[in-house]
Amino acid sequence: MTKNILLIGVGGQGIILTSKILAVGLTQLGYDVKMSEIHGMSQRGGSVTTQIRYGEKVYAPNIGAGEADVIVSFEKLEALRALSYLKKGGTLVTDVREMWPSSVLTGAEEYPHDAIDALTAAGVNVKIVNASEKAEELGNLKAQNICLLGALVKTLDLPGVDWEALVAEMVPAKAKEMNLAAFKAGFEM
Amino acid sequence: MQKVIMTGDEAVARGAWEAGVTVAAAYPGTPSTEILENIGGSYTDDIYSQWACNEKVALEIAIGGAIGGARSLAAMKHVGLNVAADPLFTVGSTGTNAGLVVVTADDPGCHSSQNEQDNRHYAEAAKLILLEPADSQECKDYAKAAFELSERFDSVVLLRMTTRVCHSKGLVELGEREAFKIAKYERNAKKYAMLPANARVRHAVHEQSLVEIEEYACDCPFNRIEWGDKSIGVVTSGISYQHAREVFGDNASYLKLGLTNPMPRKLIKEFCSQVEKVYVIEEGDGFIEKNVRACGFDCLGKEVVPYCGELDAGIVRKAFFGSNDVDTYSVESNVPARNPVLCAGCPHRGFYQALRKYASKIVRSGDIGCYSLGVQPPMEGFDLCICMGGGFSTTIGMAKALEQAGDDRKAFGMMGDSTFFHSGITGLIDIVHSGANVCACILDNSITAMTGHQENPGTSKNLMGYEVVPVDIEKMVLATGISPEYIRVVDPIDQAAMNEAVKAALAVKGPFVIITKRPCALLKDFIKANGNRHCVIDSNKCVTCKACMQIACPAMSIENGKVVISHENGCTGCGLCMQMCKFGAISVVE
Repeated sequence: MTKNILLIGVGGQGIILTSKILAVGLTQLGYDVKMSEIHGMSQRGGSVTTQIRYGEKVYAPNIGAGEADVIVSFEKLEALRALSYLKKGGTLVTDVREMWPSSVLTGAEEYPHDAIDALTAAGVNVKIVNASEKAEELGNLKAQNICLLGALVKTLDLPGVDWEALVAEMVPAKAKEMNLAAFKAGFEM
Repeated sequence: MQKVIMTGDEAVARGAWEAGVTVAAAYPGTPSTEILENIGGSYTDDIYSQWACNEKVALEIAIGGAIGGARSLAAMKHVGLNVAADPLFTVGSTGTNAGLVVVTADDPGCHSSQNEQDNRHYAEAAKLILLEPADSQECKDYAKAAFELSERFDSVVLLRMTTRVCHSKGLVELGEREAFKIAKYERNAKKYAMLPANARVRHAVHEQSLVEIEEYACDCPFNRIEWGDKSIGVVTSGISYQHAREVFGDNASYLKLGLTNPMPRKLIKEFCSQVEKVYVIEEGDGFIEKNVRACGFDCLGKEVVPYCGELDAGIVRKAFFGSNDVDTYSVESNVPARNPVLCAGCPHRGFYQALRKYASKIVRSGDIGCYSLGVQPPMEGFDLCICMGGGFSTTIGMAKALEQAGDDRKAFGMMGDSTFFHSGITGLIDIVHSGANVCACILDNSITAMTGHQENPGTSKNLMGYEVVPVDIEKMVLATGISPEYIRVVDPIDQAAMNEAVKAALAVKGPFVIITKRPCALLKDFIKANGNRHCVIDSNKCVTCKACMQIACPAMSIENGKVVISHENGCTGCGLCMQMCKFGAISVVE
């Protein structure tokens, strides 16, 4: 059975690296893996999405509405944006920090501060991970992505891979220790 | 052999390397950029690679390489092939000495493009071999095999990818590099000098080779039948094959096409005659469908499959089963759009902010690059944007039309340094030569920024990392003959200087040039030199009038009713917001 994961956030949050580490780990487990990312314009503060699909044999790299088993949102508002991709009974892992898009900054639109309440009221299985807060505590907001990776690996229940070794290998060398701490913290959240 | 995860773009670079390619050129363009970035990054010892001024130049470099005897590759995005179409059509009939492969990366869904054109039509029109890989493994295999095909049939191969194929990752089995021996170049003007007498002969040779290629296409590793249930027969290619497989599984048979020009008609007939119903599943136009119909088979295709956008399994399901009931969640909440924006510290923000005040006095043509983002509110920085380089040329006709209508607004054209080198210089020459009432603005941020910081002729390093002489834009402008008094070189963040430049341009009824010079705020050298510099707000002086927020800088936000500038969110201390504040509440700290 193919599993579908969708990651969403804002350009610059390290979503693509997170997806890459997950994909490499999944291949070590012997799965066929396809990963789809859209970049280009999205690098400039726009919404960024990646999709990872794994199973015995995977054809399409991208999924449609209602097909994601797990969504990981790196920002609160983006959790709402991705919601239509979540399968009934799936899990939504999300950070709760707000990053305001330009339409909110200039006062043209309101930020949906109550997003988590709305999601819970709709019956969504929401798992809150304060990854940005944890990353700042560890010294740099940039480690947020690896903290969320820890939470995702835990949610997916993927033993048999030395995830910490993969993180150590794939993050910038000078940020290794901080990212390992972030991964552990995320795994335990 | 080792299996690794690769994007389609990385896999094409790998395939070219394995094929023994030694010359590669491209102009950056999403989603094709990473092909040359990977060649320049990973295979510099074996392949000469360069960013060309534009796609036509890139293809011509590759044509020279291939006629010279080196296996050569040119890569570009779909609209880039429009620029390169002139050499493409002719080299199709000359053929080459060593293999020539042209990669076109189409963008269904317009993720970062100005249109959704389907470049398979180019292969048909220019009569080239067309390959359509469906995943990363095929990207590598097809790229490698393309060079042999090109040589075997003395024809050019168009390798057509799409965004989803370029930017998706999958497992790829690696191979070794072939020991390709550079073919000796010998003069053969009858084959390569396309004057009418020679061109007529080559046309006939080319037509004959297409007959042979079609025969090959009917029995080749690129086109295969996968028999399953014969009540439905799906004819498909590229990424659409994957979606078809997701939807129909083993409940259908498939004709999976990888070589789609010339179309393997005999194979299509063999397949379609053995299934009850024929479905054609393809993104973009009905390119395969028209051939299936021409072979005499009725089919269901574009009648139900959308022409617009990308496909996914849900869309295919809806097309053929009438509905796609998905069980998901929904909430009644406003979800503000998060469009890409100009970065914090972006020089273009200063340029557009200055132009805003003159909106009623000017008509603006934009162009393709980061500065395209300036069209959005609140800047609303230009009115039209058609293609690379059009930002200058369109202003000439616009200026004439305005003049004829008795409208005294001045036409302003704007483009970045890379776009200026791409095809803006020719427009500028015509602006000066025509004496049109135009202000041409070159927004020089010292890099090709939008596609992720590629070198261009204005930079002092090239793709392979060598030091090179940067082309001087100001001197190029002066060389058009325009008087120095009609040129301004300014820092776009400096609003006083920008105002003076725009006023001076409006005071002249004729050509004027503004060059804005300030590096992209994401350039590593800039970040290093800028250090800890950022802006801070004195909350005692701030009256929360939000005038500073009208520049829509992503480093600014409101927390607890107060305006906040965040160094973490990228504030570079450019000081544009400071110039908006009438209360002296914002200052720069190092």
